[in-house]
Amino acid sequence: MTDNASKQADATRTDAALLPPVDVIEDAHGITLYADLPGVPKDHLHLQVEADTLTIEGEVMLELAEGMESTHAEVGLPRYRRVFTLSKELDADKVGAEFSHGVLKLRIPKADHAQPRRIEVRVA
Amino acid sequence: MMYRTLFPRDMFAELDRLQREVQQACDLSPSIRGLTRGYPALNVGGTPHSVEIYAFAPGIDPASLDVQIEKGVLTVAGERTADEVPEKAAVHIDERFAGRFRRVVTLPDDIDPNAVEARYRDGVLRISIARKEAAQPRRIAIQ
Repeated sequence: MTDNASKQADATRTDAALLPPVDVIEDAHGITLYADLPGVPKDHLHLQVEADTLTIEGEVMLELAEGMESTHAEVGLPRYRRVFTLSKELDADKVGAEFSHGVLKLRIPKADHAQPRRIEVRVA
Repeated sequence: MMYRTLFPRDMFAELDRLQREVQQACDLSPSIRGLTRGYPALNVGGTPHSVEIYAFAPGIDPASLDVQIEKGVLTVAGERTADEVPEKAAVHIDERFAGRFRRVVTLPDDIDPNAVEARYRDGVLRISIARKEAAQPRRIAIQ
């Protein structure tokens, strides 16, 4: 699983988006990806797996007070986007996703052929 | 890289790439990554009736957040626990903040510290502080 820098650069050309911070943890059976997407409601989160490309996209929907003028903004764009390339040993058909309090948790298991196998050693 | 400068196959594409890189490096750096700006990221805005503060603090138990106003200073503090890493697991990317945090905002003079509302939704803490009645603009009728 790699960060796809060139695809991200292409994406920023069309419409700029924030790069959400992520954690990626790999264990024997798959990988777990956490992404911080604060301000994105569940129905404005878009996950897409196309061939070996995983795209995480979300729109920030804040309840804004009427007639509000911004005086200081550290989150300056209303959109997050990050693109990853999945390695072939991951089973992209079995992606599990949970989303709560602005944190996305993705679980991508390894394909059967990539699962670790213990080989018994028999004493002859 | 030498061959590329000697034989520019597509100069416009190269210029385009250069421009994109420069743009990303300076003004257009749409990133909230890392701890350079602190956690949680804050957006502050105001209306004639209130001051609105948005703290982008995903993945926090709202009960563990500590929001205080003292002498015109708003403090947002709390702790975000790290994800559990199972044994024999490898951490490939570790960008998300974990640990204790505290951010402090100086509020304008005309706020009413007793009329504060805080809501946590989708990982964003929104704090609305009303301005004092007397400070709100009033139209004065001319007799």
